[in-house]
Amino acid sequence: MNKGKAFIKRLTGYRLFLPLFCLVLVLFSNLIKTPGFFEVTIKNGVLYGYIIDVINRASDLVILAVGMTLVVAASGGTDISVGAVMSVAGAVCCFILSGGQQSVNEFVNPYILGVLAAILAGILCGCFNGFLVAKLKIQPMVATLILFTAGRGIAQLITKGQITYIRVESYKMLGSSIPGIPIPTPVFVALIVVLLTYVLLKKTTLGLYIQTVGINAKASKLMGIKSAMIIFLSYVFCGLCAGISGLVASSRIYSADANNIGLNLELDAILAVALGGNSLAGGKFSLLGSVIGAYTIQALSTTLYAMGVSPDQIPVYKAIVVVVIVALQSTELKRMVSKLQTNVKSGKKVA
Amino acid sequence: MKKREKIDGKVFLLIITILLFLVMYAAGLIIFKSKGFAKPQVFLNLFISNAGLIVIAAGMTMVMITGGIDISVGSIVALTCMMLAWMMEIKGMGAVPALVIVLIMGIVFGLVQGFLIAYLKIQPFIVTLAGMFFARGMTAIISQEMISIKNEMFLKWAKSKINLTFLGGTVNKKGVVNYSFIYPSVIIALIVLIGIFVLLKFTKFGRTIYAVGGNEQSALMMGLNVRRTKLLVYVINGFLCSLGGFLFALNTCAGFVEQAKGFEMEAIASAVIGGTLLTGGVGNVFGSLFGVLIKGTIETFITFQGTLSSWWTKITIAALLAFFIILQSLFAKAKEKH
Amino acid sequence: MPNEIVLSMKNISKTFPGVRALDHVDFTLRSGEIHALMGENGAGKSTLIKVLTGVEEFESGEIKIEGESQMIINHSPQEAQEHGISTVYQEVNLCPNLSVAENLFIGREPKRAGLIDWKTMNRKAAELLSKLDMNIDVTKALENYSIALQQMIAIARAVDMSAKVLILDEPTSSLDDNEVEKLFRLMKRLKADGVGIIFVTHFLEQVYEVCDKITVLRNGGLVGEYEVEKLPRVQLVAKMMGKDFDDLEAIKKEGKTAGKSSEAVIDTKGIGRQGTIKPYDLQIYKGEVIGLTGLLGSGRSELARSLYGADKPDCGELKVNGKTVVLHTPLDAMMAGMAYLPENRKEEGIVADLSVRENLILALQAKRGMFHPIGSKEQEELANKYVKLLQIKTASLDTPVRSLSGGNQQKVILGRWLLTDPDFLILDEPTRGIDVGTKTEIQKLVVQLAKEGVTVMFISSEIEEMIRTCSRMAVLRDREKVSELMEDELDQNHIMKAIAGGGTDE
Repeated sequence: MNKGKAFIKRLTGYRLFLPLFCLVLVLFSNLIKTPGFFEVTIKNGVLYGYIIDVINRASDLVILAVGMTLVVAASGGTDISVGAVMSVAGAVCCFILSGGQQSVNEFVNPYILGVLAAILAGILCGCFNGFLVAKLKIQPMVATLILFTAGRGIAQLITKGQITYIRVESYKMLGSSIPGIPIPTPVFVALIVVLLTYVLLKKTTLGLYIQTVGINAKASKLMGIKSAMIIFLSYVFCGLCAGISGLVASSRIYSADANNIGLNLELDAILAVALGGNSLAGGKFSLLGSVIGAYTIQALSTTLYAMGVSPDQIPVYKAIVVVVIVALQSTELKRMVSKLQTNVKSGKKVA
Repeated sequence: MKKREKIDGKVFLLIITILLFLVMYAAGLIIFKSKGFAKPQVFLNLFISNAGLIVIAAGMTMVMITGGIDISVGSIVALTCMMLAWMMEIKGMGAVPALVIVLIMGIVFGLVQGFLIAYLKIQPFIVTLAGMFFARGMTAIISQEMISIKNEMFLKWAKSKINLTFLGGTVNKKGVVNYSFIYPSVIIALIVLIGIFVLLKFTKFGRTIYAVGGNEQSALMMGLNVRRTKLLVYVINGFLCSLGGFLFALNTCAGFVEQAKGFEMEAIASAVIGGTLLTGGVGNVFGSLFGVLIKGTIETFITFQGTLSSWWTKITIAALLAFFIILQSLFAKAKEKH
Repeated sequence: MPNEIVLSMKNISKTFPGVRALDHVDFTLRSGEIHALMGENGAGKSTLIKVLTGVEEFESGEIKIEGESQMIINHSPQEAQEHGISTVYQEVNLCPNLSVAENLFIGREPKRAGLIDWKTMNRKAAELLSKLDMNIDVTKALENYSIALQQMIAIARAVDMSAKVLILDEPTSSLDDNEVEKLFRLMKRLKADGVGIIFVTHFLEQVYEVCDKITVLRNGGLVGEYEVEKLPRVQLVAKMMGKDFDDLEAIKKEGKTAGKSSEAVIDTKGIGRQGTIKPYDLQIYKGEVIGLTGLLGSGRSELARSLYGADKPDCGELKVNGKTVVLHTPLDAMMAGMAYLPENRKEEGIVADLSVRENLILALQAKRGMFHPIGSKEQEELANKYVKLLQIKTASLDTPVRSLSGGNQQKVILGRWLLTDPDFLILDEPTRGIDVGTKTEIQKLVVQLAKEGVTVMFISSEIEEMIRTCSRMAVLRDREKVSELMEDELDQNHIMKAIAGGGTDE
């Protein structure tokens, strides 16, 4: 009995327990409801099936979640502008590649120029957010609220309020697949971003600094770590991730749709971080947790789609999940529950 | 010299705001003279098209004075409009019961958010972010199609003009005099504005809101009930959101999923531009009114100009918000040094 | 009758997990009396105040207050206030954004027709303050006034609400002399009105200036209650520190460094910072252990922090190894060869969720810079070396530092700084709250380091420890460096006299 309890305690105490548990739960429920969920077939030389779809579609979110994880860890706040920044990046890329026309069948400018410009746009947005948060000490959510609303407006201005189409095969590759490779390209992009970030965090001191600043800013100062700089960098990095994610999203639909690229993804990204077992108050983080969290959420979304829930309606369920997770993290709730328990116990004694 | 000392930061910010509005309006009078910008009706339209925003900005001001924030307001407006449209058009309910139900919905929404924030101490941003997606999603669950409101009583509320004869009128070709007018929504908005002003300035509850925003710990030590105050603020805010949503619906006479998107930003920007500090403790509903009027003026400019895309409104508001936030932050820094 | 008892606390006991915070403490306060409550860290002053004001519960004992036949137990500060007990803290517990009048009356505003009557409120506030000789504009926001005035306004509020017992918890810590003077005038005035005042402070001068009685606590126990005139300063210090002044038995000095040189590592001229430490001159020589002594709040940590650039000094000149430097940030200080172990381990020292290894290498890493990461192998070697050297007891290098005992956490931070190979090491209360064994180890290490040529600044509240480790001491009192003691003067009597200052002839 005790051994079992200890085992459960150890299991639930494991950092990645929450995201893995949720992922298994979602996948398992699919297995029962949709027997074909795990079937994988090959169509036109590309893997095809629900599960592939989840892994493919989750890529944008995985990339976002990576940046969001660092922002949350360093500043204890979240960047809600990521979805809008994605649409800015997409718009910038398409604008460069189309040379300002509404639809083109071949690149007007070199592909690489568009990509670089999009990434630069993401970084610039990140700099803006980082400046407000780290330098002016404005609450992260308010600071990023500015781009959250204005970002799509800027994207609209760039695309002149219309959808810019890039009807070039090579442009579509980033979002679909490269001929001869059966796995969709976004999966690789996500993988590369995650790996590079992992290496960056491990091989430079950034990961260590971010956690140190997030856990104890006062101690960091006395140890000679510039916390404002670290927080700034985390927002810049988050902007960079949003830029890359925006490129992938834009390539999927081979166009810049300012209204719909990255729509509602900010909530998903925050949810991925929380679901990954990371505290939204900042500090120690697990990149892998957030990545698993991101796949879990995409699995959830795909499941809900399969059940006939429209994309507009899905946020309802996700919002509930967010509230439940943060409520469970709340120390106040724990205090309330333990108070209630002692009350019940003492009540019994009296009786 | 001495006089200058007397003007402290918060008054200064408010003065900047009022000046900004006057300058902008004056600029409008000059630039769009030929298009009739000088008509009293243009000014009244600022109130007519922003009645809902005035009410919601008043609620937002209260929330922000406590040091909190609510980014769910836009979605609640959309949900309110959708519920009204759905209940009256699909379910055939009367306008009055529908109105009562949405107002209760707003209160319940505020109650839940307020509980999570005040009693479970979850960051207001996370709670209301979830609230924002929840309400928007619920709107889509009710109906993904746009529902137009055709309920007679509702349309009567929406379209009964109140002529302001003292402002004079213009005579059209048929010889009918067109007076300057407002809709009942404007009167409701102004009543709410005055009500919240009185609440904030002249009641113990109102002053406690300021105390909580000034220093929560101190407020607690002075024997004020911080948690209950916060909860109540979110409840009142929830009520004002649904009321504002109703006024919004009077303008649009429809409910659809994408409605009032970015409204939260407009409300927050209005409050901040009107001198409400993001750090809490300072704010004034009349300041926020000027914030709303500035936003309305920008919109009017864009309409009068004719070729600019409506996205410019959002971008300008965001830029203004950024500007005022930086201004606040500079003021705070100067004060610290002092 | 002015001298009746307004508050009596008898046999108060309170235990925190593992610590007896209050052990059968008595305390009596009469009306029209200013009563100092004194004691060093961990003496139980703040616990006693918390018990009295209902912030903490107590286990046994009784509290009686004048006019109530029953003994009372407060469950919250509000309840205490209803019983006539008000507290004013060092951190002003008022709202800076509200007007002075509001701060005085919030929660009990005068009303007319259900709405707040601002006119009456402002008038009443002005009256209340002018009664206490404060003639200020009550309609302005509180934040426009100095901390001293804010404090006095807080006192006015407390007195107006309930006038029997007023607790002033270190109200003077952030005031300058002039402001303290004003505060004292107000206290004397209230005393004349018959208010009983409990005055908690670290400043001896102030106690002798305004107080009638002193109650001294030490390690949770009552040392005694004394009339101010009958207790000379040195005796008071001795009672607070738990050493009998007349006990002249010297403590053996073991293995202390004699390695003095004439090479000044640190040389300051008039370095100071408004409101934290008055300008001081100090030379520190290579290989010595210089102690900073003084009572709590005398400016020991503040001096250290001003040297390290943690709180940037606003005047003076600093020379390190003969070269003039300006330290803008702690990183500058680190680059100049300094290291600083802060007083507050939890808040400023450990990074609780990170591992022992990470906590150890952090400072060195910061010194090397972001783009020169210490490889994992080197990290391990360094961490292992210092875990062994300092005998840090940890399950592994990857154990989060939060799960270590206090003593081992402290060793980790010490190791963190030793890793940076400093020339000048500042240790602010390195042995506070850790077990005796570790204490001795740290003391030995300090002496050892000095032998190896490291210059150490050692700050501690325990005199014995200081005598054992230091080769010289600087004495601080009331945020000012007042004297230096050479090695041959380092005995308890000398030190306590120096700490107490003035009036030692009695």
